[in-house]
Order: sequence, then C-alpha cells, then structure tokens
Amino acid sequence: MRVLGIETSCDETGIALYDTERGLLGHVLHSQASVHADFGGVVPELASRDHVRRLLPLTRRVLASAGVDEAAIDGVAYTAGPGLVGALLTGAAFGQGYAWARGLPAIGVHHMEGHLLAPMLEPETPDWPFLALLVSGGHTQLVAVDGPGAYRLLGDTVDDAAGEAFDKTAQLLGLGYPGGPAVAAAARNGRAGAFRFPRPMTDRPGLDFSFSGLKTAARLAVERGDADDAVRADIALAFEQAVIDTLVIKCRRAVDATGLRRLVIAGGVGANRRLRETLAERLADVDRFFPRLEFCTDNGAMIAWAGAMRLLAGERTSQRVGARARWPLMELQPPGAGS
Amino acid sequence: MRLLAIDTATEACSVAVQTPKGVFEHWVEAPREHGDRALGMVDAVLGEAGITAADLDTIAFGRGPGAFTGVRIATALVQGMAAGLDRPVVPVSTLAAIAQGVHRRTGHRRVLAALDARMGEVYWGAWTLDEGGVMRATDEECVVPPSAVPLPSGSGWAGAGTGWSRYENLLTERIGAQLAICLGHALPAARDLLPTAAAAYAAGEAVPAEQALPVYLRDRVAERPQRG
Repeated sequence: MRVLGIETSCDETGIALYDTERGLLGHVLHSQASVHADFGGVVPELASRDHVRRLLPLTRRVLASAGVDEAAIDGVAYTAGPGLVGALLTGAAFGQGYAWARGLPAIGVHHMEGHLLAPMLEPETPDWPFLALLVSGGHTQLVAVDGPGAYRLLGDTVDDAAGEAFDKTAQLLGLGYPGGPAVAAAARNGRAGAFRFPRPMTDRPGLDFSFSGLKTAARLAVERGDADDAVRADIALAFEQAVIDTLVIKCRRAVDATGLRRLVIAGGVGANRRLRETLAERLADVDRFFPRLEFCTDNGAMIAWAGAMRLLAGERTSQRVGARARWPLMELQPPGAGS
Repeated sequence: MRLLAIDTATEACSVAVQTPKGVFEHWVEAPREHGDRALGMVDAVLGEAGITAADLDTIAFGRGPGAFTGVRIATALVQGMAAGLDRPVVPVSTLAAIAQGVHRRTGHRRVLAALDARMGEVYWGAWTLDEGGVMRATDEECVVPPSAVPLPSGSGWAGAGTGWSRYENLLTERIGAQLAICLGHALPAARDLLPTAAAAYAAGEAVPAEQALPVYLRDRVAERPQRG
C-alpha cells in the first residue's frame, strides 16, 4: 500500500510517500523558521498561511522525486492533531479533498503516534514493547509503548515543553529561533560551573517534568550581571545541562520503573548532541533508538507510516475535515480496534 | 460545461453545481462545522445533479476575504480536489459572490459589498454588472474602517453584507446620496460564484490548482516584539 503522508501541525510542512512493501519512496519538508524568526515563536496565523501555499507544490515535488504516478497512490494520511487547529485544518482539507477526488481512503493521524513510531522508518527498528521520550517544542512526554496503538503516558510536562524552554531562553539570550540549535551552539563556548541551575522535579518521585522555572533561572542570571557573549555562553551551557540532566534522570527512572530495556528518543530535542551523549553514558544498559534527525523533527514520513498502519487495518476518517488542538494519546486504540 | 463551487468563507457553508440541467445548491449557516460538512454536501449536490466528480470541468471557490480559517478550508479542499481530478480552478471573491447574490435576488446592478472584518473594519468592494450578467469589481477590494471606505462613482448603489448590518449608520452616512438602498445582512452563497466561474472558464482564465490561494486583504496579523 502506498500512502501519501501530510504533516501541518505546527511550523513545518511535511509531505511523504511511504510504501508498506518498499519503504519510504520520498519525502520533503519545508521549514517556516524564517517566517516566525522575527516573532520569537510560531505565529499560528502565519503558519496556516504558509502551509496552504506549500501543500500542493511539495506534494508534486515528492511524487516527481519518487518517480511515482498519482494513480499509484492507495491512501492519504494527514495529521489531525494535536497541534495548531488552523494549521492542521489546511493539511486535513487538502488530504481529504485529494482522497475524495481519487476515491482513496483517508485517515487523520495522531501527531504523537507519528513521532512514537518514527523509528519504524529506520532499518533497525525496536521490538515492541519499548519506552519513548517525546521531546520537542510542543511536548515533553515519557510513554510506554506496549504495542501499536497501545500507549501509556508515564510522565508529562506540567508547564513548558523542553523545546519551548530552549526557544524562550534563546530569545532571552538574543540567540535567534529555533532556540534548540542556537542554545546548543552557544553552550559549546560556555564554561562549566560558571552557573548552576536547578534540575526541576528530580528531587521528588514521579516522571513529570517542569521547565518554566529553568527559563526563569536563565532570565535572572541574565538580569543579574553584564551579560556579554561569554556570560551568555555560560548561561546557555548551564541551561542546556540542566534540561538534559533532567530528561536523562527521568529516562533512567522510567527504565527502572518499567523494566523496559529499549528507549526511543523522538522529537526535535532528540537532535541535541549532549542529550545523546548523556544518555549513552547513563543508560548504557538500554538499547537506544534515535530516528535520523529529519524524522526526529516534524515530518510527513512518520505520518505516512502511522497512517499506513491504520489504513491497512481498515480504519478510515470518512470525508470529515477535522482537527483537534488537544488529543490525549491515551485515547488511541490499536489499529482496527475502533472500526 | 459542468462547474462545482464551494464557499466556506463566512458563517455560511455552501456548495453548488451547474450543469446543462441547471443549478443545484446546498447552503447552511453552520459556524465551525464547515470542515465536517463540505465534502458531504459536495456528494449530495453532485448526486442531485446526476453527475460524478470526473464529469466536472472546473472547480470554483470563495477565495476570500472572510474568516481566515474558513477561507483556507475551501482553498485547501479545492487544491486537493482539483489536483486529484487534474482540473483547473477559479478563485472568486467572496465580496463578488455577495454582489452577485444581491443581483440574483433583487435585480440590483451596482452593489457595495461589505463583510464585517472585526477590529473595527470591513472588507469592502464595489461591484457592477456587466453585459454577461457577471459582477465585476470597479476598484480594488480593501479592508478599511467603515468611516473611510472608498467612495464609489455615480449613484444608485445597493449596500449588502454583514458589514452593512454591523455598521449601517456609519456606512449610510459615508456613502450619502450615492446609496439607493441598504439591504443589510447578506451572506455569500456558492451558486453566486457560478456566473463568474463560468465566464472565467469560458475565457480560458481558469488556473492550475497550485494557484488556488486565499486573498485575506488583512495581512498584518502579528506584532513583532519590541527589541530592548
């Protein structure tokens, strides 16, 4: 089955074509980072405006690069939530319109299920069950993946997502957007120990996260003294270390609590080098799976994969252009269970 | 010629088909349900017209101005539909559809169409009927406070649209003696996209699906943060 995957939940337009026999046939991603850079964060209306300009040209490009005729598409999968509703609706409308015209089955996919199953796009896939850390600009969650569509939320952020904290701290330090790579780059010049920030919520049991206090700590550090480039680098390093430490401490705890020995890291923050190194150090006894960077951040390929899994099981989202800003992962059922 | 038209730019959601047998339309006022309803309405209308999607020559849609999300639902839907069917599209102004609807219902040939744009402004356009029975813009559409709408030339204008029901006094005062009648509240209907779409298709002015894009008029939608 060949499935067109469409991702428009935030500030990236991702289109992909996945073949359940042959694997990924092509995918493209258009980042809107430059659209939102001046605003220090994603402006939902501008995101929606950009998606609606990109959807069809990107679709044509994927099909051309894959050398696949439109007649060879068997299904359409699009992100139906969670995310920015206006942005989601552009992909949902385009996908449903296309499916309608060609008489194809269509399905609205849960964005986080896409991320959780992104490692399935790689040659080395984890066996079920596994543990997943979803860490991005919109999410910071620890999830036990018992099987396809069977997810248990073990921990979640009580305020900012880790990626969001990176963005806000980058803005505070005048480092630009998106904040993750900008803070990481500045941190390379930082002096270890110049600042020490707290590891929020690690002093009590549980797997939840909190990052807004760290952002405040960074702001106070900036306001305290002359924040020249060297000091900003020190703050960036202290901030990055605190976030990564916190994530790794919780991963260790989740591994110990569940007994699961496979860990998938998904989401844009998964690209952070310090996170990868620290996990290798402190979770050496765990098999770690990092989808390649382009599948860590938002992308159409993961939506095509998750959509294909559900379409193959007979699931359909019939002719409804709908999207949900909030959509608890726990509401999902194994493929085919609800149809 | 067989045309499909879709409009979801306002509280109204409507779909219409024109075939040699006539015009078939479904129109509902259903805020926030456009996405749920539009494709079902398309199937229903095609069924009543006795044709299938493959019989269509072109697809028209209300390209705005209007509610941003609603305008994009029709736009993205039509992009997907037209790309999937390999047919061209005709973007039509929502204000033109209001003007065309006024002509269909009342016979007026000169219409000042105004949609409530919130934030103290209206989407505004002046339309006159051509010999072919199609409403044509006499000036560029704009988004302006009701007290500052551009004055049309000549008299005998009919005012219509949610902008007129919201700001009747301000607009009536502004247009003055040039206004013949204020018709007030009027929402666009997909069937009123058909005259423009048919004329454009016949004139070879339908465009590829990639060019199915919204016209928002209001382009300042976010403030840049102050640099300290």
